[in-house]
Amino acid sequence: MNEILQYTVQGLAAGSFYALAALGLAVIFGVLGVVNFAHGACYMLGAVTSAVLLDLVGLNFWLALLVVPVLMFVFGVLLERLLVRHLIALDPLYNFLLTFGLSLLLVDLVKRRYGVSGLPYTRPEILSGVIDVGGVRLPTYQVFVFLFSLLVCALVWLVMTRTRVGMIVRASTEKADLTRALGVDVNRWVTPVFGFGIALAGLAGVLAAPFRAITADMGSSFIIILFAVVVIGGLGSIVGAVVAGFLVGLVEAFGQAYAPTLSQIVIFVLMAVVILIRPSGLFGREENA
Amino acid sequence: MSTKKLVATAAVSATALILSACGGGGPSAGGGDFTDDKVVLAVLNDQSGVYKDLSGPNSVEAVKMAVAYYQEKYGDDAVVDDIEVVSADHQNKPDIANTKAQELYDREKADIILDVPTSSAALAVATQAKEKKKLFVDIGAGTTELTNAQCNKYTFHWAYDTYQLANTTGTAITDAGDKNWEIIYPDYAFGQDMDKSFTEAIEKAGGTVGDHIATPFPNDNFTTFLTKAAADKPDVIGTMQAGGDLINLVKQFNEGGYAQEGIDLAVGLMFITDIHSLGVEAFQGVQFAEAWYWNFDDDNRAWADKFMDRTGTRPSFAHAANYSAALQYLEAVQAEGTDDADTIVGSLEGKKINDVFLKNGEVRAEDHRVIHDVYLAQVKTPDEVSEDWDYENILATIPAADAFMPLDQSTCEMG
Repeated sequence: MNEILQYTVQGLAAGSFYALAALGLAVIFGVLGVVNFAHGACYMLGAVTSAVLLDLVGLNFWLALLVVPVLMFVFGVLLERLLVRHLIALDPLYNFLLTFGLSLLLVDLVKRRYGVSGLPYTRPEILSGVIDVGGVRLPTYQVFVFLFSLLVCALVWLVMTRTRVGMIVRASTEKADLTRALGVDVNRWVTPVFGFGIALAGLAGVLAAPFRAITADMGSSFIIILFAVVVIGGLGSIVGAVVAGFLVGLVEAFGQAYAPTLSQIVIFVLMAVVILIRPSGLFGREENA
Repeated sequence: MSTKKLVATAAVSATALILSACGGGGPSAGGGDFTDDKVVLAVLNDQSGVYKDLSGPNSVEAVKMAVAYYQEKYGDDAVVDDIEVVSADHQNKPDIANTKAQELYDREKADIILDVPTSSAALAVATQAKEKKKLFVDIGAGTTELTNAQCNKYTFHWAYDTYQLANTTGTAITDAGDKNWEIIYPDYAFGQDMDKSFTEAIEKAGGTVGDHIATPFPNDNFTTFLTKAAADKPDVIGTMQAGGDLINLVKQFNEGGYAQEGIDLAVGLMFITDIHSLGVEAFQGVQFAEAWYWNFDDDNRAWADKFMDRTGTRPSFAHAANYSAALQYLEAVQAEGTDDADTIVGSLEGKKINDVFLKNGEVRAEDHRVIHDVYLAQVKTPDEVSEDWDYENILATIPAADAFMPLDQSTCEMG
């Protein structure tokens, strides 16, 4: 019984991290209709930037949590202004190809500069150690990631549902023409939303730096899991991404515990089952199916 | 196809045929018997993936260093003037390795293929070497199959293997008192082989292995695997992961606080590039098998300095072993005056070698396992490190005869 509890807690901790990482992907798709294949690469850039800034200017983890997402936001804004924007009117396939190409480029550039073995990163001392609650042991850092991810997900959800900005953004995606007719400049919001999505990917990268290998390839397999998360949750759905993130984390943890070699496949079995039952995902809208 | 196109295609094909016929055979400028008038050394390895830093492009540099050394040493007396070094990326996939090996032997006219990390890829190349009757010296892969059931006349295994790793690390750590093991290994040829070899070595030394936990490869979340391994309260968890996977696992092991519970971490296979990337702090005190260390003595250091001038980094044992294998191949070519594979095999078999990599080395004729002294190393603590890349204390030297699988255990039947 204790074992099951342990795996559940671990799965939820991993799940919160998946939820946060997938959130940006869901926001970008929801608002722009762009399937951002470069999300994994942006996650990697977040981690690499943290490690490089730590090495160069001694930027610690706490500051990185603030600074790196801001840098990634600027990077996202540039991407949207210079590239993505010009393809939005075309078939979504064009932006898919663009972001896929971008991810290859980013991975290769990092590989050329920093090699493949990865970069060192020091975890803040306060987040070391293990918290033991009634026999269930959880590394302090995982507890932090869990709480932090939950907080960010809640904030994003609040902004999207409870603020004027969030309402405009949602209205723009639902009925762009009508929103425009009401005097709202829809295009004004596209750029910051894309930048925000990229910033979230970067933030996930900063969180990953202390407990995952910081390598150019770290986003390549991660993006596959993220796509599984957003497909299970329903493309573009913020709540869906969060719920699916937790589901995937749990399925992975129990897979690792009881069918180790199949632990990566079970995620996709879950995805297949969800799509069979609800083609648009758990919280998806019909037109995105 | 139009007539014009047809004629053009025919003309190109004919020219190609004539050209290739011209290139085939003929005596060399140096007077020996050389196919294509040249010697071609091919490095087939991972040029872009997880094993790029530990070997990759810098192994190609190491082989070029061997060629430069050979040319400088023999000057006008060299039996062959034209020595080419080519390389290809097998992406750690056996099917790509198989195709690339064929291309290298047939199209690039490679006389020898070197390196080939990733056991499954190495076994594919060994099969090609056997079929094409061309040399293959493996450095990067660990499987003992290369010199056991799947051994062949044209394949040599130069640097290390899973038996040697297990009989260095597994034995030493069990002898030192860590009797109860759990093993976590990646579920492919290398990991399975490592699990088997370590279990045998540990049991021989009087230890036991509880769970053998197979993990997907590659993988970046090892949290639950570690929890599962630690649940039985072992003395030590042995990880057989390599490259980026190893770094993921070590980070998550440190984070899980298992060391504070008294569980040690033993690493089955580690390269100095792994320590460099994660930093000594994360690995401090970890014991592992080392086939060669750049700062072991003056000779090694002198070579490592030259390597650093060319690459900007210190060499891993794989870099040094690629240099050694290329150099000994060229020495054999020089001695025999030919690049004929059968002659070179004969020249290498049974040869005793001491060079910058091989200490008390011997190319075993019976199974083509190259045996040499290896070391039990320990990662230094941060305050012991006096310069960049100076990360290892050499705890013990395991003599060549003890380090590798004894011949009476080998299942090799050289065809």
